[in-house]
Amino acid sequence: MTTQLEQRQFCSFFVDGLYFGVPVEQVQEVIRQQPMTRVPLASDVLGGLINLRGQIVTAVDLRRRLGLPARPAEQPPMNVVIRADDGAVSLLVDQIGDVVDADAEAWEDCPNTVQGNARELIAGAYKVADRLLLVLDTGRAIDPTSPDARAPGA
Amino acid sequence: MTESDDILREFLVESTEGLDQLERDLLVLEQRPQDPERLASIFRCIHTIKGTSGFLALPRLESVAHVGENVLSRLRDGALRFNREVADTLLALVDALRRMLTAIEATGQEPADDWSHVTDRLSALNGQPKEAPAAPAEPAATESATDPSGHQVSETSIRVDVGLLDKLMTLVGELVLARNQVLQHVTAVESATFAATSQRLDLITTELQEGVMKTRMQPIGNVWSKLPRVVRDLAQACGKQVRLEMEGKDTELDKTLIEAIKDPLTHIVRNSVDHGIEAPAARTAAGKPAEGRLLLRAFHEGGQVIIEIVDDGAGIDPEKVRRVAIARGVVSETQAARMNERELTALLFAPGFSTAEKVTNVSGRGVGMDVVRTNIERIGGTIDLQSVPGSGTTLRIKIPLTLAIIPALVVTTAGDRYAIPQVSLLELVRLDGDQAAKGIEMIHGAPVYRLRGRLLPLVYLNRALGLPEQREAGDAVTVVVLRADDRQFGLVVDGVHDTEEIVVKPLGRGLKGLPVFAGATIMGDGRVSLILDVMGLAQASHVLSSGAREKALADEGFHREEGVSEQQTFLVVSAGPERRAAVPLSAVARLEQFNASEVESSGHRSVVQYRGRIMPLVDVPAWLGLTPTPMENLIHVVVYTRGAQSIGLVVSGIVDIVDQRVTVKDGAARRCTLGAAVIQGRVTDLLDLEALVRDAAPEWLDDKAEAA
Repeated sequence: MTTQLEQRQFCSFFVDGLYFGVPVEQVQEVIRQQPMTRVPLASDVLGGLINLRGQIVTAVDLRRRLGLPARPAEQPPMNVVIRADDGAVSLLVDQIGDVVDADAEAWEDCPNTVQGNARELIAGAYKVADRLLLVLDTGRAIDPTSPDARAPGA
Repeated sequence: MTESDDILREFLVESTEGLDQLERDLLVLEQRPQDPERLASIFRCIHTIKGTSGFLALPRLESVAHVGENVLSRLRDGALRFNREVADTLLALVDALRRMLTAIEATGQEPADDWSHVTDRLSALNGQPKEAPAAPAEPAATESATDPSGHQVSETSIRVDVGLLDKLMTLVGELVLARNQVLQHVTAVESATFAATSQRLDLITTELQEGVMKTRMQPIGNVWSKLPRVVRDLAQACGKQVRLEMEGKDTELDKTLIEAIKDPLTHIVRNSVDHGIEAPAARTAAGKPAEGRLLLRAFHEGGQVIIEIVDDGAGIDPEKVRRVAIARGVVSETQAARMNERELTALLFAPGFSTAEKVTNVSGRGVGMDVVRTNIERIGGTIDLQSVPGSGTTLRIKIPLTLAIIPALVVTTAGDRYAIPQVSLLELVRLDGDQAAKGIEMIHGAPVYRLRGRLLPLVYLNRALGLPEQREAGDAVTVVVLRADDRQFGLVVDGVHDTEEIVVKPLGRGLKGLPVFAGATIMGDGRVSLILDVMGLAQASHVLSSGAREKALADEGFHREEGVSEQQTFLVVSAGPERRAAVPLSAVARLEQFNASEVESSGHRSVVQYRGRIMPLVDVPAWLGLTPTPMENLIHVVVYTRGAQSIGLVVSGIVDIVDQRVTVKDGAARRCTLGAAVIQGRVTDLLDLEALVRDAAPEWLDDKAEAA
């Protein structure tokens, strides 16, 4: 992973207790739970389709993407809408945190001991005040061709 | 972007348009050599290109245009007469200028190629002495109709970037959706003003939608304008005389569709000139004028655009098609023998088919009519061919006006809504709980419904999508009858809503690989719905076999290699109390009855002594996987003979002999049967006698070691 220079701002959120961040410039907007249309036959990583002011946006369920237990039914997900090359993609997360500043010196690459899907998707971590801010590799997180994001049996 | 870039781009656009016009003018001049106005127009165009290219410092372009201008000025002054050679040379000049413009557009630089082959030809014309003015070579007034086309650039039009139009179209799509949403609230909110306002909104939106769609509309003449040149060059290359006529040039359709039909259309026209229209000698011999006629006709009909390509050529010889199709392995000999003329001509669209006996440099380039068909179907169109041997062929293309906003039927299954494009929709059938229980029959696990005597394979939408069943046993069932290619199938859904105008939006990343969906749309309530791809659904549910496209064979049914379709005589037997089976009567030698006591065993097989031989018996119900026939009292046996050998088919009873045209349903084919058909109103399995012999008397197939 390339070492991040200077100070950067991250939009932070929680997924199953993990504290994640995405560079603010990649984030288009953050919205509350939206009515979602499921897509049969698609990978279960794809949470469904939402209508974002007339634009149809694919929502990726980050919990499933990371191989984490499913979100409790009573907990509505939040949408972190990411700008991607071919339109917007939404990440379904549990809860939104603040925008945090992180210093380049606080950066650490993801240790090899992190295993599973997470190893692919976590670029590294910033040591912020009292916890670790895990930086999500959004490109991979929303990439449908990643091995573990494919449709079951496809 | 610098200013000079702008000027250059403007120059390129104008020059390209100018050359298009010039080419048309040249072709007219060929017919009417003394048309001073055309000549002047051509001269102006080349002159402008020369002048501007000099200004833009494009010396090569300038010098080529300059030589051309000299020729044209001699023509204009009457120092040179317009003839075929001049036309050829000037057309070569047009091509050269076009290539240069394309290169400049791509690289921003003039190509360093050598253009002397063009300029030399032009200069040679200049050196040519003036011919003595003879009598006008051709009567100039063959076409007396004045052609006011494109000579004065209209001052009321402006250039608009296509990207902007696309954006407008998208926005209007949004507006249509917002309008749909507002209209849904009208009933809920009891306010007269709101109702009136939303009605106004509705009207304005519809008009705006039509208006914006019109901006994207282009006359089909834009595509056709290239064709006179194609036809001229091709006719000359083939030594044929072809007159191209066009009707309905002004018929408009969406720009994207115009682009999409350009290549298929050119291909068809090439085909017509190359294969359709005969050489002048052959035509005269057949009592037709030496000059062939190729007619392009376009018009609107029922929200669609129809394009017809009519030639008065030799037509399509079904026998030749049959021979070629067999030779190319498109169909087997037995299949071909059973096909009627219509089915045979439809084979032209089958992959791997091309009737050109020799591969010409014109149309025999490996791109067959199947590609044309695929391209047209891709934009939601259809193509149909009619031919009368000896008097010509008509190809009829039907395409929708636009692709962006389509009418669709909204259905539900497992609680979700899906949109089905209305083009694929044939009819809706609703079955009450009782009817559903009785009417839906199973062929080896595959549900079918008898729709007016024909078997309609059923696909349960929720199962096809892997969704849970929400239907109760006694519930009514709604069947949406759909057409995919030439097949029909019934889609079983939980409910049917309205039809709605929907705006097709592409699916995002990760979803493009799902063949059952064509896209998504936003419904009136703001929620997203998926649009079903009927073709994809049919293939995923095996209604259509995805590989072989036997669909071209017929819309009447499907012919299997060993199957049956034409009028045939069948022996219908019962196999157990419920099932019926049939064998072609031609395969039946005799019907016999044996006493159960006559049945003996040989090895693991049941046999009887029959006419001095030992005849093996096959219990048909058991073979079909049903309860074996009890070996008591009299048993009914159908004797099937091949050569000197016989096999006895034990059946539960002989039902009837029927003489009818049978349509075999492929979907049900499995090991023991060729398929199923409706005979006398009942689903009947057609026994696969080959498979039966393989199972019961395999020694027939390898040697003659039959016990005698």
